[in-house]
Amino acid sequence: MTRSVRRTRRMLKVAGAGAAALLSLSACSSSSDSSGSSGSADSAKSTGTGSSASPKLSGDVTVFAAASLKESFTALGKEFEQQHPGTKVTFNFGGSDTLAASITGGAPADVFAAASPKTMKIVTDKQDAAGTPATFVRNQLEIATLPGNPHKVASLKDLTRSGLKVVLCDKTVPCGAAAQKALDAGHLKLTPVSYEQDVKSALNKVELKEADAAVVYKTDVHAAGDKVQGVEFPEAAKAINDYPIVLLKNAPNAEAAKAFIALVQSAEGQKVLSGAGFLQP
Amino acid sequence: MTSPLKPGAATGPRTDRPRRRRVGAGARRGVPLPLLLPGLLALAFLLLPLLALLVRTPWRTLPDQLAGTEVWQALQLSLVTATAATAVSLVLGVPLAWLLARTEFPGRGFVRALVTLPLVLPPVVGGVALLLALGRNGVVGRWLDSWFGITLPFTTAGVVIAEAFVAMPFLVISVEGTLRAADPRFEEAATTLGASRFTVFRRVTLPLIAPGIAAGAVLAWARALGEFGATITFAGNFPGRTQTMPLAVYLALQNDPDAAISLSLVLLAVSIAVLAGLRDRWMTGA
Repeated sequence: MTRSVRRTRRMLKVAGAGAAALLSLSACSSSSDSSGSSGSADSAKSTGTGSSASPKLSGDVTVFAAASLKESFTALGKEFEQQHPGTKVTFNFGGSDTLAASITGGAPADVFAAASPKTMKIVTDKQDAAGTPATFVRNQLEIATLPGNPHKVASLKDLTRSGLKVVLCDKTVPCGAAAQKALDAGHLKLTPVSYEQDVKSALNKVELKEADAAVVYKTDVHAAGDKVQGVEFPEAAKAINDYPIVLLKNAPNAEAAKAFIALVQSAEGQKVLSGAGFLQP
Repeated sequence: MTSPLKPGAATGPRTDRPRRRRVGAGARRGVPLPLLLPGLLALAFLLLPLLALLVRTPWRTLPDQLAGTEVWQALQLSLVTATAATAVSLVLGVPLAWLLARTEFPGRGFVRALVTLPLVLPPVVGGVALLLALGRNGVVGRWLDSWFGITLPFTTAGVVIAEAFVAMPFLVISVEGTLRAADPRFEEAATTLGASRFTVFRRVTLPLIAPGIAAGAVLAWARALGEFGATITFAGNFPGRTQTMPLAVYLALQNDPDAAISLSLVLLAVSIAVLAGLRDRWMTGA
C-alpha cells in the first residue's frame, strides 16, 4: 500500500515538475512584458487542464520563506486558505541561507521564496527546484533608528560618526551583502558594533535600544511599526535585493503550491506585498 | 526477561560450565545483551556525528582555512573569555555553593533550583534576559550607563558575562555536591580549636573540596567555551571583540561550509584535549 502511495506521489511529482516548468517559462516570458497580473493569468492558462479555480485544491502547502516575508506571506496564506477551503498553508520563516540548506538537505517543502538570487542558487544548483525561479518582489534597504531619531541620522554617512552604535547584518547573509554594496556605492567605511546573523536580530538591537541604528530592509522598518523610525538613503538604490520564488521539485503538494505562487504573483498578492513596503519587480 | 540472569546466552552456551565455577569473574566479563546493544547504540549515536566531522573535514585545504587571522582571533577570544568566565564563576560561585550547602535559611531548596536554572534555560533566553537586565536600556544596565558610562552589550566583558551566566551553575552544583559529601567534623574540630569561620573555610574546607572545585571549574570552562546563544544575543558578533569560535562557526556555515567544518574541528580538538587531560585526574577523584 505504501508503495502504491509512493508511486502515485512520484507520478504527481513528475507531473508537477513538468507543469512547473511550463509555469516558470510562462512566468518568465510574461515578466518581460512586466505585469504581475498577466503572469498569473498565463500560468493559470498553462496549467488550465488541472488546476485553476474550479477543481478542488486540498491538503497542506509548506512554504519556506525569507524572514523578511513573514508579515506579508502570513496574510497571503490566510487569503489562500479562504480562497481554497480545505487547504492549509504552513510557513517556515528564517534566514534564506538556512532555509536553502534545509531544502537541499531534504526538508519536505513545496515552495521556496528567498531574499536573494544567491541563496536561491543554492537550491537550483542542487537541482531541487522545479523550473526557473521568478522574481516576485524587490526590497530596498533603509536605516532603522530609535523613535524620534534622537541622533539626527539623515544619511548613510551619518552612521559613520564616532560614538554612534550601529548594527549591520553579517556579510554572509543577504541584508549584510546589500548593506556592504550600499556602503561601497557611497565610498563609505563603517565599523559597526556587531554583525548580526539575520535582519530581524539586527532590527531587534535597535528595538531594544541597545544600538542606535541598523541598516535593514524597508519592509522590516515597516513591520516594526513605531518601535523604530526609518530613514531612507540614496545609496539604497544601488543595493536592491531581488526576491525569487520557485516550486520545489519534491513538492508533496505541487498543485496547491502552484496556486499559491500564482496568488503571490497576482495583482492581489502584489498589493499585499507593496503594502508591506516591497517594490514591484 | 531471563537473559540478564544468564550471561552465557549472549556469548554462547559452550562457556557455561567453567563460568559457573568462577561466578565473580564471569559475571563481570559477560555483559547482558539488553544492556550491551543499547549501550553500543548510544556510543555510536554520540560518536557518529564527531566521526562524520572528521570524515568530511577538507584536510587538504585545512591549513589555508585555519591560516586566516579571524580564526585565530576567534579562538584566542574564546580561550580568554572562557577562562575569564571560569574565574568569575570561581570567585562568585564557590561562596554561593558554600551558602547553599552549609547554611540554613527559609526557601533554600527554591534558591538552589533558581541557581541552576541557566542549566536548562535555552541560552538564547538567557541572552534576552541579560539584555533586559544589563543592556544599555536594561533594568540595571541603564544605571551602569548613566552613572559610570559602562555599557556591556557588544563588548568582550559582555561575552564573559554571557558565558559566566551559563557556566556558573555547573560549578555551583559540583562544588555544592562536594561540600555535602565532605565530612563536617574536620570543620567542627577546627572551630572548637578556636579558628574563625572564615579561617576554617580557607584552611580546612577549601583544601578538602579542591578536587570538586577543580572538576566544576573544568566543566564550567568547557561550557563557556561552547557558549553560543547567550553570547550572540547579548554580546553581538564582531571579529576580535565578541566573535567567539561558536559564532564564527555558525556564520561560516552560511556561505562556506568547509570553513565551518574546519573551525568546528579546532573547537572539538580543544575541548577533547581539555576534557581528556583533566577529567581523569579530577572528576573521578571528586
